[in-house]
Formats: sequence, structure tokens, C-alpha cells
Amino acid sequence: MTRYDVIVIGAGHNGLTTAAFLAKSGLKALVLERKPWIGGAAVSRELHPGWIYSNCSYVCSLLRPEIYRGLDLARHGLQVAPYGGGVTFTRDGDYIGGYPDKDVRRREYARHNERDADAYLRYSRDTMRQCRFIRSLLMRTPPDPASLRLRDLRELAHLGREFVKLGPTTMGDTIRFYSMSIADYLNEYFESDLVKAHHAGSGIIGTALGVHSPGTAYVLLHHYMGDVDGQVGSWGFARGGMGAVSNALAGALRAAGGEIRADAPVARILARDGRVNGVVLQNGDELYSDIVISSLDPKRTFLKLLDAGDLDADVVRKAREFRIRGSSGKLNIALDGLPSFPALGAGHPLVAGDMHFLDTLERFERAYDDWKAGTWSKDPYLDLLIPSLTDPTMTPPGKHYMSVFVQYVPRELAGRDWTDADRTAFRETVFDQIARYSPDFRSLVLHAEVRTPQELENEVGLTEGNIFQGELTFDQLFFNRPFPGYAQYRGPLRGMYLCGSATHPGGGVMAAPGANAAREVLRDLRRPAIVPQGWSDD
Amino acid sequence: MTEAGRIVIVGGGHNGLVCAAYLARAGRKVLVLEAADRVGGAAVTREFAPGFLVSAPAHLLYGFDAAIERELRLAKHGLGYARRGLRTVAPGDAGALILDGADVVAGEVSAADRAALVEYVQRQRRFAAVLARQNGRVPTPWNLARFALDIRCLGRAGMRELLRVGTMNLHDLLEDRFESAALKGALALDGVLGAKLGPRSGQTFFTSLQRADAHSLPRGGMGAVTGALAIAARAAGAEIRVASPVASFVVSSGRVSGVALESGEEIAADAVVSNLDPKSTYLRLLGARHLDAEFARRVQHFRTDGCVAKLHLALDGLPEFRGVPADALGERLIVAPDCGYVDAAFDPAKYREFSPQPVLEITLPSIHDPALAPAGRHVLSAIVQYAPYDLAGGWDEGRKGLFDATLAVLERHAPGLRSRIIAAELLAPPDLEREFRITGGHWHHGELALDQFMMLRPVPGAAQYAAPVDGLYSCGAGCHPGGGVMGNAGRNAARVVLAALRRAPAGGAA
Repeated sequence: MTRYDVIVIGAGHNGLTTAAFLAKSGLKALVLERKPWIGGAAVSRELHPGWIYSNCSYVCSLLRPEIYRGLDLARHGLQVAPYGGGVTFTRDGDYIGGYPDKDVRRREYARHNERDADAYLRYSRDTMRQCRFIRSLLMRTPPDPASLRLRDLRELAHLGREFVKLGPTTMGDTIRFYSMSIADYLNEYFESDLVKAHHAGSGIIGTALGVHSPGTAYVLLHHYMGDVDGQVGSWGFARGGMGAVSNALAGALRAAGGEIRADAPVARILARDGRVNGVVLQNGDELYSDIVISSLDPKRTFLKLLDAGDLDADVVRKAREFRIRGSSGKLNIALDGLPSFPALGAGHPLVAGDMHFLDTLERFERAYDDWKAGTWSKDPYLDLLIPSLTDPTMTPPGKHYMSVFVQYVPRELAGRDWTDADRTAFRETVFDQIARYSPDFRSLVLHAEVRTPQELENEVGLTEGNIFQGELTFDQLFFNRPFPGYAQYRGPLRGMYLCGSATHPGGGVMAAPGANAAREVLRDLRRPAIVPQGWSDD
Repeated sequence: MTEAGRIVIVGGGHNGLVCAAYLARAGRKVLVLEAADRVGGAAVTREFAPGFLVSAPAHLLYGFDAAIERELRLAKHGLGYARRGLRTVAPGDAGALILDGADVVAGEVSAADRAALVEYVQRQRRFAAVLARQNGRVPTPWNLARFALDIRCLGRAGMRELLRVGTMNLHDLLEDRFESAALKGALALDGVLGAKLGPRSGQTFFTSLQRADAHSLPRGGMGAVTGALAIAARAAGAEIRVASPVASFVVSSGRVSGVALESGEEIAADAVVSNLDPKSTYLRLLGARHLDAEFARRVQHFRTDGCVAKLHLALDGLPEFRGVPADALGERLIVAPDCGYVDAAFDPAKYREFSPQPVLEITLPSIHDPALAPAGRHVLSAIVQYAPYDLAGGWDEGRKGLFDATLAVLERHAPGLRSRIIAAELLAPPDLEREFRITGGHWHHGELALDQFMMLRPVPGAAQYAAPVDGLYSCGAGCHPGGGVMGNAGRNAARVVLAALRRAPAGGAA
């Protein structure tokens, strides 16, 4: 019988981050992973010989630099290479390019609409203001507004001060950001439907909402608040695929003396008299620890790993009502060569960026209507990337890897499970969408992995296949995440903590929930605060 | 002509009249200028066919500030009620669903749903009461603090709940708690009426709070409310001139010093209070050249496109609605059989199309108020959703299509109704815009959503009723707390104007 100081359930990037910080502080930490491999949704997998797929999450930007530095991830092999810009193709053979260079981008927007080129300056200024505000909150534990504890009052006061510093107009805009739809937000800046469509994707990725649904403006922010090498809002590739993030975190954990056990699914969390004392594995092994930290979503944590008898009925109800809906799918494709995109022409730099194919807001909204009707979008939004152009280590020389994120894809098709025939039909829908803009694409396909929310749920353990471990709407953000009263990483039992993306600040490969949870554990143990807090980047 | 101490109110809608009455009661010299031939704005009783009167566009009174009714002694000035506390009735083949607040009067609803409804309605009322208190306050930082305190006073659980569900959509909330499709449909309706939102749209919980109050039918129609307000304002000494459309505000040395009528007449004033919607006020009557570019841009983006049409039918007798007992016909009838129906009705609006199967809120006010129609005949008034202002193809084509679609839905729920029609009219948003002079035809003067709420309504910098230009104020539904016939905007604005004039003595600027 072994005792650990802390047991972390789930070796996703957040679980590993929590464990790494705790191990670094000198605690005996164990991470238990259900699958034979670690990483959760941040993995690199060779599913076709010679090709490495980032088969779930595929780009990197949100990973907090404080964590990157604090755990010395560079030393453990993590390199993030920025990629250049994005492009939205139009149905009439043209495109709009979102070049990384501001002046080039301005000229490109002006090619479509002079006024929108000017408006883009306003748009990026306003959006950046909001980003800066929210970035300052990522590495902090949300206060409980209903509490009168000194700590919460102090944090509320801090928040209030930061908020007032924004000035009256930006304050108003902040509130609007959390309640507006992305369409309304973009309408305030742009005239051209193409320019709007080019920016709308970030408002709905991973979200079961349409561009006209209030609340989607915030989702945009969630995709803009990261950075690569200090470039706020830019995105990059982890060299070797997203598994490199998990491997670096695991390296940091092991270097600090922590332990990871893969292929060790947890059956239950052991609890007695209102406090946890360990876990039981599915093979019957019991492992003991006074601290158990779950990186799973609240539905799994509260409804599966814990006994309803150990919990307050209210917590069970809240976990049941936590909104976590599958809305996206993914295709990972091995290509025999680089497909051409005639609109761009050969050798165009934007081929290395993210590519999109919906050129009007109406097409976005209709894609959402399909999801509501219980089917995948027939004219889907794709976030298509060819990572091997930036990171040649992903494929054999001359070959390419294409990562295609697909929105919207429901967890169930009108109430029934996915069949293989459905999967094939879904793949064809996506292939058709790509082939419309790349005529030679189909002939280059060597292998394609189709991932629906069902695969994401079964393989990664994300309920319903929701990539953020729960919808990013205000009722589930900040002090409401995962639900009111439990937003400070502590569970309803003593010694129990939550550290997954279902806690503040939410999904994406950010690792901030994991770090924040570790900070709270150390605080309860009265150990030195070694986890970075607040912001250190501007 | 200059007259020191005069306040001109542009627009004689209910908020303009409330504002006028309060200013006059405070001893100010008040002149109300109304463009139409009568006061009332969007709360009037109008004859749409010989002998048939209907409240348009607003047809039910809810959320009207009781303090205003008391303080302005509206009962004494003629405001009475034909019926208060209307029930909600959803026709159905298997019998109607009848709701009286938290009580299921009729309908097949499980015991669990009944219990959930009590909990749901109590929560709505608790939260609506907090909002209602804030409605009566000018959204200053100090009053925001009071609002926060009110929320705090809901208790720990209540506060957490409000902060959680405040931005949520009704669809999810209802799915979590209820089984009955008819019940969910009826509750979802309250979140979307008057808004360009579907039940799955975030914030529909918040919009539903606006309707948590009981619905009433004023005797004589909605015109009775504004009629009583006009009498109260005159009794307090205010002067009201109808048929006096204002062409522009007069601006001299950077302040609004009066108004110019379309007739060419200029009237000087110490303060001008606009009851018009923000776009009319700032962009049409004042003019963007007097405004900061950023401010003007924000006003331009204030969302004012209406999404609601109004149907009026003159009937030669009472229709029969499926499953609705005769004694329930005079209640608030709704066609929103389930959440999915409402959502499906909303979807076309996103693509600038009207609902082929619209959602309806129907009243037959002549049942309680026979004076509205010739003897034995009746008036049917219905809110028809969804009808986007910027309909693709235009309303000249679309009006007939929506009319037919609406009648088809009505006929399905009330077989034989079509044959009883003597006269009919359908007012689409552009008609409402024209007749009631509201930009976009939005009867709340702009979407009632969280991003256009309280200190954000209509835009930051003008939310406390004072315009960024000296001498100009707003008192319409485009200000906090927004539309419906509540009267709060008028009362709050009067308070702000009085405080400002006290600071700068009357005539001091002239």
C-alpha cells in the first residue's frame, strides 16, 4: 500500500501542470491516466506510418508564458513556432488574407472594402483592450461574489480596481463583450460580409452556438487572448505536434520526482466523513492520499467517480445541469504532397496559415441550424491547417499532414449514435468542402482519421466531446465555472480539488486551470506559493 | 421668442407625458410637442375599421410603475382596468393549457412540472423585483452600487443563481427543469416576445424577467393610459401641442437652446427633453455634426430593427379556439406549442425572412371592454413574431405573405375564424416605423438586451438621460430601463432634468 501526498486523475495538460507544480514544491505526486498514452487532448499520435497527427488539439497560443517559464518547458523540449496568418476563400474564386503584417493586411482588406480596412484598426484596438483585461485574470483564482471572506472581498476589490482603470467606455464594452453575439460585434465595425465572415470563426469554434447567438463575442476573445513569443493573438505549432506540450509537462513533473501511471483508469474516489482519502482503480488497486485532484469535467467527477451519497443533492443537480455539448469534429489527413489552392497560387505564404471557407455570416448561421436539427453541417466551417509546412518533422519528406477542425458536429445524430456510414458521409462532406477550393486535394489523400464528438468522448474522456470541457458562456465562466460556489478549484469534499478545463479560465491548451488549482492546494497546505500568479507579460 | 425656464418635451408618448407631468408638478413650465394628431405614441387606442378600436402597437399593460400611477393620480384622471391579471392560455387539441402565474389551472401537466413551475415563477418574481427596483433609478455609479446591494440581499444562493442564469437562454433552463412541451413553449414565449431572439439565444432568461409582472387590459385600450397621463400633465400645468412635428433642435454656442418645428416656428427652451428613439434624437434632430464621432458611431449601431408585426382583426362574432373554454377566451392566448416551434419560427428571421409559422400572442379585448367594438362584434389583436424589419424582398411583397401565414396558423387553432373577419390590417415593422415614428419600428426603441441595458442604454455617455450636448435630455424607451409601457424612463429623466436645472438656475443660460 502506497501513500501519496497528492493524486491527480487524468494526465491531460492541466492534470500534468497541477502535478508538476505540486511535485516541484516537494510533494509526492502521482498522476493516473486511463489510456496507455498521456496527454488527454494534447497528443501527437502516429496513426498512419510516418505521419504524426496532432489528432485532437492542433495549435498552440493560449499556453500561459508564466507556466512555460515556471516549469521550464523549453528545457523539457517544448518549442512553439508561430505560423503566418489566415485566409478565407470566397465562392467566386477570390480570397481575403489575414496577413500577420499589419500594413499588408490593411492593403488586403482595402482591396475588398476601403472602410473596413480603416475599421480593422479600431477593431483590433478595441479587441486588444479586452484581451489585456482578461489576460490579467487568467492566472488568478476567481473571487466568490457571494462570499464575505476577506480573501474574496480583497479579490473583488482588485477586480473592481482593474475594471475601473479601463475607463467608462471600455468598461461598458467589457460588459457588452460577455453578452453580445459575434455577428452584432462585427457589425459594429465592418461592412463587408466577407470581412465579417473572416473574423466570425473564432466566435463559434468549439461552441454550440451560432454567430447570431448572444455570448459568442466572448468566445472570440477566448481565441485572441493567447500569444506566441509575446505576440498577443497569434498562434503557433508545438514542434512535433501537441503531444510535445504534454511530454514537456510530463518531463517537468518527472524531473521534480513526480510519477505518472498510464493505463490505470480510476473507478472511484474514496471518501469518508466528508473527506477524500484516495482512489480505487478499475483493477481494484487502492491508492491513498489526503488530496485527490480531478482534471475531468464535473459530470465525470461528480456523477461517475463520486458516490451521490457522499454529495449534497444541490451539487449533483448542478453537475447534471452543467452544459457541455459536443459541437465539433476533426479530420486528420495524411497527404502525398502539397495540395494546390488555385485562388492563392503556388508558393503563397497564406497556405501555411489557417484556411477557412465560409464567406458570409449566413453560411455560418445555417451551419449552426444543421447542428440544432441534429446533423453535421452540410456546408461546414473548417479551420484547415497544414502543420507540416511549418514543422517538417510531422511527416516523411515531401509529404504533408493536414489538420481539419470541423464545426458543427453533434454528439448524436437526431438522438442516435454515429455509425460507420455516418462517419464516411461526414468525411465526404468535409472533403467536398475542401475540394471545392483545392481540386487536387482528393487525389493526394493517403489516410484520413475521422473524429466526431463520440471519438473525443470515448478516447479522450471529454463528455459529449466538448473540446472546452463545458460551454464558454458567461453562466459557466469565471466565478460560475464550473458552477457557483465551486469556482475556486475546491470540490465539495475536503481534500478534493478540480483542475480541468471545466474550471476558470476554461478550455484550450492554456494550463492555467491546472496552475491555479496547484496554487490553491499549496495555499491549503500552507506551503510556499511557487505557482506564478497574475500577469507578467505586459 | 425666448421664454426663460421653459422645458420643451419632444414627443408625447407615455414617457414624454410622464416626464412632463413630473416636471410640471415641480413647478416648471413645460411644453410637450407631439407630431401626431393626438398624444400617446405607441400606447394609443386607434380605430382601424369603422367602430373597431384596438390598442396599437402595445396591447397589454405590464410592468407599469405603480409609483407613477399613484403619484400622478391616474385613477382619478380616468385610468381604469377592464381586466387585471390575465391568465395565459395555450390552445390545444387535447384541451388548453391555462396558467395563472405559478398555478396550472388546466392542462395535462405532471406533478413534478407543477412543482417546478412554482419554483420557477417564484425565482422569476424574486429576480424581477430586483430589476424593477433598479428600473426606478437613474443608472449612476451610486445606483449601480445599490443594485449590487439588492442582488446581495437575495442571499448567497439567490445571488449565485442570478449571476449564473442572468445571461442564460430559456431553452436550456426549461429543458433542465420541465417535461411538458406546452409548458416549455408558453414559458419560452415570454423570453422572446418583442425581441429578435429565439429560445436558444442567450439572455432570454433576462428578457423573460421583463414579463414576470401580471398583464392587464386598461379600460378603453392602451390609449386610456396615455390619456390619463395627458390629463395629469395638463392638470399639473403642462401645455401639450399636437400636430407639431419638430424638424430639428436649435443649437447655439454648443448647447441645445430650443427646437425648430417643421412649420418653421422656433421655440426657445432652457432644456429640451426628447422622447424619441436615440437615432431620431441624436442623428436626425440634433445631427451627428454636434457629436463626438465615436458617440455618433455608437448611436448608429444601437440595434433598433424591429422583429414584430401586429395583426388587427375586426370580427363579426367570437371565434372558438381549440380546447379553450368560452370563459377563457378573453385571456392572453398564445400560439407557442413548444420550444422547438418557437425556435423554428425564429430561424427565418436570421436570414431576413418572416416565420412561415409565426408565434402569436393574442388578445380579444372587446370581451372585457365592449366599447371597443360594435355590439356583438369583436376585436382581435395579435403580436406576430417573427417579422424582421429588413425583410429580404421588402415588406410591400412580404406583408401579404405574413398575413396569410398568420391567418393559416390562426385558422388552425381557431377553425372558422377566417369567415368571421370583417376588416383586417397587418402592421409590419416599417408600418410601425412610419405610423409611430420609431426608427426601425422597434417598439422598445431598440433591442432590450444586456448589451443595451442600464448604463449601456442607449450608449455609454448618454445612459443617464443627459445627452453629451448641454441642454438636451432623453426620456424615451431608448434609455434605461427600456421599452414596454413602464413609465420609468420618463420619471427618471424628469429627476435628472430637475437636478440639472437646479444646478444651473432657470434662465441662467438664456
